[in-house]
Amino acid sequence: MKMRERMTGWELLGLGLAGLATFFGVWSLAAVAGLAPPQFLPPPWTVAREFVHLTHEPFVGYTLQQHLASSFMRFGMGFGLAVAIGVPLGLAMGWFRSLDMIVSPLFDALRFVAPIAWVPFAALWFGTGIGGPVLVIFTGAFPPCVINTYRGARFVEPHLIEAARTLGAGNRQIILEVLLPASVPSIVAGLRVSAGLAWQSLVGAELIVASSGIGYLLVKGQANISTDIVMSGMIAIGIVGFVIDTLLQALQRRVQRTRGRA
Amino acid sequence: MLRLAVGAATFAALAVAWYLATSATHFIPPIYLPTPQEVWQALTQIVVTGYADGRLHQHFLHSCGLVLMGFAAAIGIGVPLGMWMGWSWRAEAFVNPVFLLIRPIPPLAWIPLAIVWLGLGDAAKVLVIWFAAFVPAVINSYTGVRTIERHVIEAAQSLGIRGPMLVREILVPGALPLIFTGLRLSLQACWTTLVAAELIGAILGLGHVLYQAGLDIYPAMIVVGMLSVAVAGALMTHVLGWIEKRAMPWRIA
Repeated sequence: MKMRERMTGWELLGLGLAGLATFFGVWSLAAVAGLAPPQFLPPPWTVAREFVHLTHEPFVGYTLQQHLASSFMRFGMGFGLAVAIGVPLGLAMGWFRSLDMIVSPLFDALRFVAPIAWVPFAALWFGTGIGGPVLVIFTGAFPPCVINTYRGARFVEPHLIEAARTLGAGNRQIILEVLLPASVPSIVAGLRVSAGLAWQSLVGAELIVASSGIGYLLVKGQANISTDIVMSGMIAIGIVGFVIDTLLQALQRRVQRTRGRA
Repeated sequence: MLRLAVGAATFAALAVAWYLATSATHFIPPIYLPTPQEVWQALTQIVVTGYADGRLHQHFLHSCGLVLMGFAAAIGIGVPLGMWMGWSWRAEAFVNPVFLLIRPIPPLAWIPLAIVWLGLGDAAKVLVIWFAAFVPAVINSYTGVRTIERHVIEAAQSLGIRGPMLVREILVPGALPLIFTGLRLSLQACWTTLVAAELIGAILGLGHVLYQAGLDIYPAMIVVGMLSVAVAGALMTHVLGWIEKRAMPWRIA
């Protein structure tokens, strides 16, 4: 690395602002100069106005908040289901060798099927309302939940397990009172990856099979060739994704502080 | 050895269960889950006569080609940018805020915008694949350069190694392990994005097969499409792993 140049906070801030100014400046100039018709490249302020507009004026039936709410409900269901099934499965795989040997190969094979490739079956089996998108989100969120819990449970210090055994703990007690607490840091790290993938899969699922939600708003905006609506939707997706990640990151930090690194 | 046997037995048991549940007992109607024979027929159909405007190898090559193009473009732009950000604190301070702004938007969300801008053709797909691979390429190249030990660079500099030679002899090899980690992570994202983009609109490609099969309510072909996506993804991951080994012969895997 180059010698760390002495950079004051002001210089850092200045350069950062210059970067942002360049980005928005080039965008605005390109839009104003008419390099592309405004329909395709609206200037930043039009997008901002559209964003505000969408929060109180319904587009394809719902306002932006209502679209986000229905997306978030699907996200919550798919993610919740993945955690509810994935964490116990991971723990059981970490403890019972036979289960590990049976499930792991299936898992390795299924992992290569991209979550989005489940869309046709999701629509066929569960329709396009809630069930279809939830299945797609689930397939995206499930693997990190299982893998991280499994790793956490598999690498618990053996003498902890031996101590519990000596004290007469059964399978159930060992899983719940030794493996689970010891794998918490690893599980939380998995949850963060899982939530990110779930949110992405949700957007993908809603682009293809849904009749409401933030992804649906994007598709309809695209069909109307309203780039400002598409961009507003993208910003909303980015904000929600960022908030979800920040919350889980805070949880992860807290766990690391009290429990040590994963 | 035991693991292998149990794994094989699991797959065999699953295949038998599939056969029993569909063909033998019609417990699950074929409209929800196709029978093994139907899947075999669908496979021969797409391989021999073609389905959704092309034969299997055409769809396959088309999708792989698009991923490679987007991926190569992302490496070509992302790696130098990331390394530059890792090298110069000023560059990092300049680029990072913009990057932080764009990063939370998942690659899939760029698909509608890409379609508005470039239509349903290949260009839109290459753009979204480029985007899916670009962010990890930048971040990992950046981190890769930052992890090079400082006295290695100082030693090289005191020996008079500068400019392009420093990049070629020190920075690239030093950052390479992390760069490959990033590429491996983003390859999967690239596939997901491509399949999604092809599901939304395409004339050829594995995602288009899935789309057409879903439209025709042809479950056997959906299975063939999903398997093809999985095989293509696995194949590319292996090729990347092979390149990784060749690119870093000094590392013992």
